[in-house]
Amino acid sequence: MSKTFKLDGREIPFETGQTIMDAALAAGVYIPHLCHNPEFAPHGSCRVCVVDVGGRQVSACTAAASEGMEVDSSSEAIQATRRAILQMLFVEGNHVCPACEKSGACQLQAVAYYTGMLAPHFTHFFPRRPVDASHPDVVIDFNRCILCELCVRASRDHDGKRVFAISGRGLESHLVIDSASGLLGDSSFAASDKAAHVCPTGAILPKGRGYETPIGERLYDREPISIVGDVRAHEEEVL
Amino acid sequence: MAEKPRVATASLCGCFGCHMSLLDIDERILQLVDLVTFDCTPLTDIKILGDCDLGLIEGGVANAENVEVLREFRRRCKTLVAVGACAVNGGIPAMRNQFSLAECLRESYCYGIGVHNPGIPNDPEIPLLLNQVHPIHEVVAIDYFLPGCPPSADAIWTFLTAFLEGRPIAFPYTQIHFD
Amino acid sequence: MNASAVVTVEGFVAESLATHGRDPRHLLQHLIRVQQRFSYVPDAAVEALSAALDVTRTQVRAAVAFYAFLHERPRGAFEIRFSDNITDRMLGSRRLIRLLIERLGLSGLPAWGRDLIRDDGRVSVGLASCTGMCDQGPALLVNGQAVTNLDAQRVDRIADLVQEGIPLERWPGEFFRVENNIRRRGLLLGNPATDGAALRRLVDEGADAALAEVERSGLRGRGGAGFTTALKWRFCREAPGTDRYVVCNADEGEPGTFKDRVLLTDYADLVIEGMTVCAGVIGARRGFLYLRGEYRYLLPHLESVLQRRRAEGLLGTRILGRDGFDFDIEIHLGAGAYICGEESALIESLEGKRGVTRKRPPFPVTSGFDDQPTVVNNVETFLASARVVQWGGYWLRGEGTDQSAGSKILSVSGDCARPGIYEYPFGTPVHRVLSDCGAENTQAVQISGAAGATLSPAEFDRIIAFEDLPTAGSFMIFDDSRDLLDMVRNFAAFFAHESCGFCTPCRVGGALLRNLVEKVAAGQGSEYDLSEMRHIGAVMREASYCGLGHTAPNHVLNTLDKFPSIYRRRLAREAHTPSFDLDAALSEARGIAGRDDPGTHIHKLSGETA
Repeated sequence: MSKTFKLDGREIPFETGQTIMDAALAAGVYIPHLCHNPEFAPHGSCRVCVVDVGGRQVSACTAAASEGMEVDSSSEAIQATRRAILQMLFVEGNHVCPACEKSGACQLQAVAYYTGMLAPHFTHFFPRRPVDASHPDVVIDFNRCILCELCVRASRDHDGKRVFAISGRGLESHLVIDSASGLLGDSSFAASDKAAHVCPTGAILPKGRGYETPIGERLYDREPISIVGDVRAHEEEVL
Repeated sequence: MAEKPRVATASLCGCFGCHMSLLDIDERILQLVDLVTFDCTPLTDIKILGDCDLGLIEGGVANAENVEVLREFRRRCKTLVAVGACAVNGGIPAMRNQFSLAECLRESYCYGIGVHNPGIPNDPEIPLLLNQVHPIHEVVAIDYFLPGCPPSADAIWTFLTAFLEGRPIAFPYTQIHFD
Repeated sequence: MNASAVVTVEGFVAESLATHGRDPRHLLQHLIRVQQRFSYVPDAAVEALSAALDVTRTQVRAAVAFYAFLHERPRGAFEIRFSDNITDRMLGSRRLIRLLIERLGLSGLPAWGRDLIRDDGRVSVGLASCTGMCDQGPALLVNGQAVTNLDAQRVDRIADLVQEGIPLERWPGEFFRVENNIRRRGLLLGNPATDGAALRRLVDEGADAALAEVERSGLRGRGGAGFTTALKWRFCREAPGTDRYVVCNADEGEPGTFKDRVLLTDYADLVIEGMTVCAGVIGARRGFLYLRGEYRYLLPHLESVLQRRRAEGLLGTRILGRDGFDFDIEIHLGAGAYICGEESALIESLEGKRGVTRKRPPFPVTSGFDDQPTVVNNVETFLASARVVQWGGYWLRGEGTDQSAGSKILSVSGDCARPGIYEYPFGTPVHRVLSDCGAENTQAVQISGAAGATLSPAEFDRIIAFEDLPTAGSFMIFDDSRDLLDMVRNFAAFFAHESCGFCTPCRVGGALLRNLVEKVAAGQGSEYDLSEMRHIGAVMREASYCGLGHTAPNHVLNTLDKFPSIYRRRLAREAHTPSFDLDAALSEARGIAGRDDPGTHIHKLSGETA
């Protein structure tokens, strides 16, 4: 007999060792997330998947499911916390959606829509960050990086390359590239790398195309991410 | 009969696209003029702002005049709304925040492609630019945010009708987008 | 000084590798040596270490950028860092920094992450988070060595020594004197002597009996969180693994804490004995003492204690002649990262990486160093466990409360006549500590460091105990002459500087909070900003990844509740004020236009642009 826990009142079956996120996604229930990608080990850094378990807030992607636990993932309090976290991400970088090719198929944006975020609310940092267009096939716009480390993990754990790493600390934390010049074009990165296809925002984009899908027909134009799912599940359509 | 709510609008550092989108409500504008009285707005050409119930602000804050206009709107309007990406987060104009003001001006007026008669304009009539472009909530308190570049006519209509009828403001999924 | 010309970077790295090995987990230790030798980590060292240790150059650079005491570009031959805890400031450190800067012909003031470096490369002046000398501050570090009891005269002399290029070995010895200042001794501090009795009992009666004593004592971790020590040891002992490790957390980074420094100075034998007992109980063969970089001056002393204990058969192979009881300890240095006091970040750092908190579970007891079962305990916990095994669990239970057995060693600093180390039975009220240390007109006590609680006088009856006021030992006192907003500013900057940057709420929220505190301090804040501070603080507290983020807003939230006037009296009259200084934001344009007439300024109040 399989064990269950309650997610917003709904019984969710789970196997021992599964996280709340794993079990919820397997049951077809959406919990918003950015740094989580089922193909990689849970990370727990973005905190967008925060849920309430017995009055304690935990990240669904790292917290193990347990028998009989009651998880709140949809109350206004939880959504408000998520909104605040998203707003922090928006003011931390430079997210100029009207000027971004990923707009409409961007997970950061879609999760923001899902939580009802209308504005970044906080004071913008407006950091000065570079764009690295040195690679023939892929461009990196550091303005849009949210430090989810998916490219770091994909390059290390899947591509076996270790092209990316996070350097610095605190608000100075930033993505760095492993090459003598620090440029992507001088690294071993290739457009066919897994790392080229996991960015939840428009920070890592293929060159030579853009704005291919008309507004109104893009991934998240008509239905929310809770129905459509992650960008990664629609790789072929998007890229 | 009670006086109709007064509405004012302004475009700060924006492209007027949000105002165009407002006009895109098409024939609904006839309903709107039944519902409200327009005060100072580029649509009416009334230049002096009076006391208003609702102020709609397009554009971010990029210069001293923007600050002045925005503060005047805040003082005069009971409810103030940030309309569009530039008002909400600075939008495209805020991309200049990647550079110093001097770099921007030199590029635009001295070394840019096709510049004739180079020199940074310096007429006292021209408002001084701020070091950076800011969204309007960083200068005055804002009551509502209506994102989009521009927000669609339908989104604007949803907001206006709900607001004027005193209903909670809720948008269908397709009406909220950041671009 | 400039001996770096004699040895090449490559040569130095090669020697370091030859001496200390090519384990990639030693990366940080190699980097610290390179930094110490060359005053920065040159590219050549990055390349050499990357090649030798099979880590990417990016990982090496990332580590350099993470640790506050490692640098990508040269610092001065004399690298001076003033301790910038609030207690240093209360003792006049800001004035002394200005004095030194002036004497050295530098200009400006150092800030977090911004050191002043003299053009000739002779000297640089920067800041360090609390260096653990709060009872004898203001303090600084010069090339990693602690200088205490700074005053104008001492700073003047330091400027002379720097100007004359006198090497540190020839600086006056009293500059580097660090006092223990033990003011009150209790169960643990009563007697530093040990002859290996705890180890003998372990060997005679067995690991089960030793663990039973620790269990009986009810000993809980002294680092603040208060996890039951015996349980931790038992979990580790029973966890599956090929190796087990004992780690002593001597990364005493909590501002205002310095008791571990004293314990490592005078009670190192007992601390190491506690580690060794733990090793015997859990079956570990290797241990680490992670010593914060600020205490590097203790390294020779600690190494000599280890060496002596090896010679005495109390450490190393066949401890006390018992076959199979092998355990040795390596000392690893930290390099200026508060987060490394968190046990899983400490383990990351031990493995040579950036000190970023690990996902938990698994906890270190099942998957710690090298993913093997690992016990991480505080210095004081190991000391206490040595005595517990020696004298029995009931000995500890003889003092304290039901839930908090034994005693707590406090680091008392700030406004009092007798700052220093005080050991009390758990259950001692705050007012007792205040009267013993000669504190008068106390306005507030900050307990358990910057991450702890701000207590108002109404709470001075509360007791030091896990069930009321848990503390890692920091006890900072503020009398009524102080502006508590200075404390808040100091702590807010501290947390923004020390956030590892891994999770969103702490990384971004901490910076937002610091900026709002500074805005209010500058008289530009509004009621709205106070509500924003509560909002951001709540998100950090609830949603951060680790304890650093959970506790980082405490000081703001506590003072907003208990000392609202420190904020209120500075607020602007408006309910909302701009997030930036409007008039200052025209400065560039005024410069470009070459104008400064009234028409080029924005007035603060009631909004008309003149």
